[in-house]
Amino acid sequence: MIQFLLLFSRQGKLRLQKWYVATEEKQKKKLSRELINVVLQRKPKMCSFLEWKDMKIVYKRYASLYFCCAVESTDNELLILEIIHRYVELLDKYFGSVCELDIIFNFEKAYFILDEFILGGEVQETSKKNVLKAVSAQDVMQEDEAVTSALEEFGLV
Amino acid sequence: MPNVRGDGMRGLAVFISDIRNCKSKEAEVKRINKELANIRSKFKGDKTLDGYQKKKYVCKLLFIFLLGHDIDFGHMEAVNLLSSNKYSEKQVGYLFISVLISADSELMRLIIQSIKTDLASRNPIFVNLALQCIANIGSKEMAEAFQQDIPRLLVSGDAIDLVKQSAALCLLRLLRAAPDIAPSGEWTSRIVHLLNDQNMGVVTAACSLIEALVKKNPAEYKACVSLAVSRLSRIVSSPYNDLQDYTYYFVPAPWLSVKLLRLLENYPPSDDAGVRSRLNECLESIFTKVSEPPKSKKVQHSNAKNAVLFEAISLIIHMDSDPALLIRACSQLGQFLQHRETNMRYLALECMCLLATSEISHDAVKKHQETVVNALKTERDVSVRQRAIDLLYAMCDKSNAEEIVQEMLAYLESADYSIREEMVLKIAILAEKYASDYSWYVDVILNLIRIAGDYVSEEVWYRVIQIVINRDDVQGYAAKTVFEALQAPACHENMVKVGGYILGEFGNLIAGDPRSSSQVQFDLLYSKYPLCSVNTRCLLLSTFMKFINLFPEIKTTIQDMLQNDTNIRNADAELQQRTVEYLQLSNIASADILATVLEEMPAFPERESSILAKLKKKKELPDNVESPSKEHRHLPQAIVNSADGASSPERNGGPSNYGSASMDLLGLNSPTNDGMASTNNGINSNGYAPQPQAPASDMSALFDVFGSPTQPNGGDFGNSASSPPGQKSGVQLVSESNIKKFLFRNSGIVFENEAIQIGVKSQFTPTQAIGQIELYYGNKSTMPLTNFTVQVHNTEPNALLIQAQDIGPVIQISAQVKQQFNLRCVTVFSQTPTVRISFSMNNFPMTIEAPIPVFINKFLEGAAMDGETFFARWKKLSLPAQEAQEQFFAKYPIDAASTQEKLTSIGFAVLPNIDPNPENFVAAGIIYTGSTQVGCLLRLEPRRQDSKYRLTVRTSNEGVSKRLASLLKDEF
Repeated sequence: MIQFLLLFSRQGKLRLQKWYVATEEKQKKKLSRELINVVLQRKPKMCSFLEWKDMKIVYKRYASLYFCCAVESTDNELLILEIIHRYVELLDKYFGSVCELDIIFNFEKAYFILDEFILGGEVQETSKKNVLKAVSAQDVMQEDEAVTSALEEFGLV
Repeated sequence: MPNVRGDGMRGLAVFISDIRNCKSKEAEVKRINKELANIRSKFKGDKTLDGYQKKKYVCKLLFIFLLGHDIDFGHMEAVNLLSSNKYSEKQVGYLFISVLISADSELMRLIIQSIKTDLASRNPIFVNLALQCIANIGSKEMAEAFQQDIPRLLVSGDAIDLVKQSAALCLLRLLRAAPDIAPSGEWTSRIVHLLNDQNMGVVTAACSLIEALVKKNPAEYKACVSLAVSRLSRIVSSPYNDLQDYTYYFVPAPWLSVKLLRLLENYPPSDDAGVRSRLNECLESIFTKVSEPPKSKKVQHSNAKNAVLFEAISLIIHMDSDPALLIRACSQLGQFLQHRETNMRYLALECMCLLATSEISHDAVKKHQETVVNALKTERDVSVRQRAIDLLYAMCDKSNAEEIVQEMLAYLESADYSIREEMVLKIAILAEKYASDYSWYVDVILNLIRIAGDYVSEEVWYRVIQIVINRDDVQGYAAKTVFEALQAPACHENMVKVGGYILGEFGNLIAGDPRSSSQVQFDLLYSKYPLCSVNTRCLLLSTFMKFINLFPEIKTTIQDMLQNDTNIRNADAELQQRTVEYLQLSNIASADILATVLEEMPAFPERESSILAKLKKKKELPDNVESPSKEHRHLPQAIVNSADGASSPERNGGPSNYGSASMDLLGLNSPTNDGMASTNNGINSNGYAPQPQAPASDMSALFDVFGSPTQPNGGDFGNSASSPPGQKSGVQLVSESNIKKFLFRNSGIVFENEAIQIGVKSQFTPTQAIGQIELYYGNKSTMPLTNFTVQVHNTEPNALLIQAQDIGPVIQISAQVKQQFNLRCVTVFSQTPTVRISFSMNNFPMTIEAPIPVFINKFLEGAAMDGETFFARWKKLSLPAQEAQEQFFAKYPIDAASTQEKLTSIGFAVLPNIDPNPENFVAAGIIYTGSTQVGCLLRLEPRRQDSKYRLTVRTSNEGVSKRLASLLKDEF
């Protein structure tokens, strides 16, 4: 089970954090700060897995962003690595070749997509199509609402 | 600005751009404060705020929070959004709540009400949103509120697949919060049958839930075994394109496969032969696929395929019944050991460790010994080397122990500091476990001390002494070997301890040889004596006392040595006391009594090595040090444990180690077992020397010599016990250098003697320039401490405000009293305030003056910034007065990770990838005082070739630069 997931930049700026176990705010800050430091210090060719506290860390860097999962020590490391990859693919498909800026400006979307993919620290849906279908159903509803309210504003409905 | 999908919020995008354009942290904070003020006034005043605006502001708050700022309003507005009939508003409301509202919020009842409404909605997207929110919060309260609804949704015929998936994982999360809500009875079979669902997504989600339920009640869910096996078999045997989107890079449903395999690990091999053979076919087929040529060159393909393989191997090891599969697993992993990807080598080493524990495959694993040893020597990543060590440890048995221990010893010389202690423990355990010849064991341990003395903990050297004492066949050899080892001009203090102890017991066995006669042995040990720490010297004094018994011919030499001022008038109470007592004993006691008192130590009771316990403990050590109840079996207690107690042997002898694991090892649960020098007080019950439980006759002999040992002022030597001369009327001073460890942490022991232990626990809020310090005074003596007063001396009352809580005048026996100090940093201060603690013990006045551990860095908060900003500010602070520089020799091994940790614990934010030299550290922070803020920049340059550091501090305040530099000097 995934304990938490962090996305951060090469400069150590946290871009997204998702906690799947109840954690105090102060502790969250402390843990993410420590972990970011540990991961940033590692050299490029090093192994993507490491033991940290009583957890296992699985991380991968995509362009300027690090994706980092803290999981239980019994979890399947390789598959966690592919969870990260699938999430990147989802973001990429949704935003159309995603970059760090997309995630900064649309952080709420990044969260919505994540919620469709992983829930309670477990993979919920592995089909890319199905996840994106669910997310775009949300977008359609939003856009419909936007149209409706615009029409209302002009007294057309 | 990138494109925004859905219905974008322009105001939010503008705000985010603004933040990104801020040139400095201050500008960012300013912009944020402006925005917060704006939102607050909008929320307060404008009653006509529409849903869109509310959503936008809530989103902004969320963004500000995610930047790391505190948000203390807007929660109510977010909750209001939940009842909006617009999906987009609702969604943002839910997001805010999942991220920002804690489970004990008073708004929770309102939130639950809204969720209830949405769960009942006809629109599945609304239902899904509600489920996600429940799963994200996952509190006990939620579990109680929804324990009916969610299982219903999960098996409902109407619910769409997406809702079922969310419901499954939602229920799983709630089970973790409240295990007693597990559905049972009629639900069981309906939930189990989700494994047969047509939709792979539903099976994937349900599988995690079922595994959790199985863990709680395997018997009830037993039906899932055959279902899981047949599902797995369908996946494994299907062509990859059959599963459409559930095929991942040509691998059919890897996530589901892994979950199914893992589910099966909860059961023993099935009784049903059909199920068993079907599962075997699956496992075989997984192996076959891995050895087929890959369908894609992408790493995702091989990762997914191998992920399934590793899970299959893990199941095979769990079943531990099929030799063919176990051997096949072993040879497959053997290939992976030489894989070109580091990840694969890491996993192969890790997985092989498990294989080594199976009797069937243990020998097959041993065939790879050479490759693993090679990995230890050539892997560039320390985490991989760590795995190699673990595997060597796991594959070790009688047949290969000598070789493996030899390889590990060889590697130890160059091993990373971070893993040395663990390696030492592992080597010590293997050497003991597989020694057929104990002289080999003695050699290994002495080698350990020689190579990595600093990392040899007490457990290890206590153990070698126990074993030597218990086996007479090795005693002569041990004496000879330690004698030779001590010849080295610079030998580790642990070597002196072991050598001292063993020669004290068995020196007579080698004294026949004129090259190691009694006089030579004494001279050798005494030549080490002046350079040793106090507790080692105490141990050596005992050795010399034993020499008086073993070698009457050098009795006068030893008595002369004891009478030397450096011993009999030593400032250290313990040393002085031992000297006085030993000298008296040697004068008064007859040869017979001496022989009885100093008889050879009786054998230790055989017991399991506690090095093993230590090794296990080490894994979980870092986070547990602060938990107060642990390790405190002995009174008196301090609230804190010395955090370094377990890691460094030098510091280990310190009096703060009451009740550490080392005592257990030797069975020293009561101070009275501790031998002669501690009859009056307990202060050396902490392992100055390993002492087995002395037989009662020895103890009574002791009492005869000393008279009644229970009255401190009664016997001839009692006086020296509670009030050594030289401290009689004076004040005990604790110097600032003794408390510099508190630069890095906030709790620990400030001072300790036989009467009192003073502990501290503190916390600081730099951004508000305030802090609380709690001092804990623990009475260790056998009398109440009376007239107890504490006076604060603060030389800079205008810079640092200190407010002390009043405390009572008496501290009862074994009691602990807490005193709180509230501090406020008004402006920069440079002196450390002190407390003067006075009390009487049995009418004997005592005074201790100790610094309060508050340094300027306690008001320092890290400031992250990019390279450009850092250099710009660095240049700005270029006046000579703004900079302070120190050069010093490294006090500890130069190690990037620990330096980084230290800088962080001082309060700095360490900024990676900024200094062109990757060895160097740069860090930044801000000191907050009531009147000013001082920006601090630091650069630390280690120079490995001569183990030196150069430290440069630049701040906007001359005093601060100087103070920080001098505080941090010599601390790395």
